Amino acid sequence: MKQSLFTVDYNVKLTFDVYKMRLVGDTSDITKPGQFINIKLDGFYLRRPISVFDCDESAVTIIYKVVGEGTEYMASLGKGKTLDVLTGLGNGFDVEKCGQKVLLIGGGVGVPPMFYLAKKLLSAGKTVSMIMGFNKESEVFAKEDFEALGIKTLVTTVDGSVGIKGFVTNAMDEVEYDCICTCGPEPMLKAVYDASKTTGFFSFEERMGCGFGACMGCSCKTKYGNKRICKDGPILVKEEIIW
Amino acid sequence: MVNTKVNLSGWELDNPIIPASGTFGYGYEYAELYDINILGSFSFKGTTLEPRFGNPTPRIAETPNGMINSVGLQNPGVDAVIAEELPKLRKCFNKKVIANIGGFAVDEFVKIVEKLDKEDIVGLHEVNISCPNLHKGGKNFGTDADAAYEVTKAVKKVASKPVYIKLTPNVTDIASIAKAVEEAGADGISLINTLLGMRINKRTRKPIIANKMGGFSGSAIFPVALRCVYQVYEAVKIPIIGMGGVSSAEDVIEMMMAGATAVEVGAYNLVNPYGSKEIVLDLPRVMEKYRIENLCDIIGGAH
Repeated sequence: MKQSLFTVDYNVKLTFDVYKMRLVGDTSDITKPGQFINIKLDGFYLRRPISVFDCDESAVTIIYKVVGEGTEYMASLGKGKTLDVLTGLGNGFDVEKCGQKVLLIGGGVGVPPMFYLAKKLLSAGKTVSMIMGFNKESEVFAKEDFEALGIKTLVTTVDGSVGIKGFVTNAMDEVEYDCICTCGPEPMLKAVYDASKTTGFFSFEERMGCGFGACMGCSCKTKYGNKRICKDGPILVKEEIIW
Repeated sequence: MVNTKVNLSGWELDNPIIPASGTFGYGYEYAELYDINILGSFSFKGTTLEPRFGNPTPRIAETPNGMINSVGLQNPGVDAVIAEELPKLRKCFNKKVIANIGGFAVDEFVKIVEKLDKEDIVGLHEVNISCPNLHKGGKNFGTDADAAYEVTKAVKKVASKPVYIKLTPNVTDIASIAKAVEEAGADGISLINTLLGMRINKRTRKPIIANKMGGFSGSAIFPVALRCVYQVYEAVKIPIIGMGGVSSAEDVIEMMMAGATAVEVGAYNLVNPYGSKEIVLDLPRVMEKYRIENLCDIIGGAH
């Protein structure tokens, strides 16, 4: 974990309530896909934990949804604003353990961490496919980013307005895979868990106090003992999950 | 050169800065970030007789200038703390720690203190009779002067190390509880624990915290904590460890002037992981600003 100042490069609206922000600063502590950053916002006591969409040596890009007052404030930030950010939080995905034919599944703002993971898996020489689930066409974002990686990208929408009608699980049979990595709302994770025939890595979300393992605010029970979503997670292996 | 040393019942601390229980784990999480030996000491995660998972999630909510937690004393239990956590702690901390102890019955407090009293690394016991997140099946020791007296008396009988009782502010008259534990033989008093609070999610129209209510902490509660320390200082002669919303060296000075001998830093560690270290480093500058040479000279200075 590292605490440092980042500067907003851009902060653009992608859909009705989803935004994309590029933050320039020291990214050296972001060592694995699936990790998150924790952002201090003026006037808010607790930091906001947000997953990493993309990362290079000089900047980290996040995609976040406005769900409350904190993210509403984030959406108002413009280029040049500096933010106090904790980076390199959480265990992240272990690319080595992800198998050879990896199916990535993201639901809503569970899609973003799949992008940085896809890039890392591809550079490790693995075959990657992506299923992204949304409620309707107007909510879809980042599809082009995945397609630009040259990977099979399937979109599902609950109302069928674009892509395959239904849930992400309706698209799973169209892909060959030996491992699943997924992030999204808990009902979706559970559905993927039930539908998956292989092992997999599931990224969870929880309200956090600190984000670095001190407060025990985000604890959960697993078959391997109690874990903190922020420090021992957010990625849990399929075999340890207790629903 | 200023002198930041303070003394808690014969235990001399290099400085009065003590990360508060529940915000600092068993120390080693923070030792990855900085050398925690810079601290006066720290109070480890509230430890109970049996392992506890704690309350359901969500356990955390935000407030203006603060937060609410309903962790519910998640900890591995005293035996695992002694066998696993303390050895890890000894590797990164060469000072004594404050053993924070939680329980549901008098004999539970007694058993835990008996066990931890034998550990060389324990400097004093901080007996938490005031957790707002535990109310099932246990007496609320912190809100009843007789019950507070009873548990203090029992724990004192088995402790060779100083016993500090941690009080709740969620009472009508905190001074009367403080007097009761002093009379029972407490060596000192820690205060305040969190205030009982809640938040509601306006979109779902439901409480944010799974347990509905939780302990309110953070800089928002500093004036309440300061007032409690001030009142208790007038009521008792034993030393006070003051806490509640402390987020700067300025707050430390103010808390000591109200009557605290040492000061715990709680929620601030969670939003600024280097917070306690920064306060320690900033303390000499702030002392010079107020022309303080010996920090212990200002204890209770506002009375």
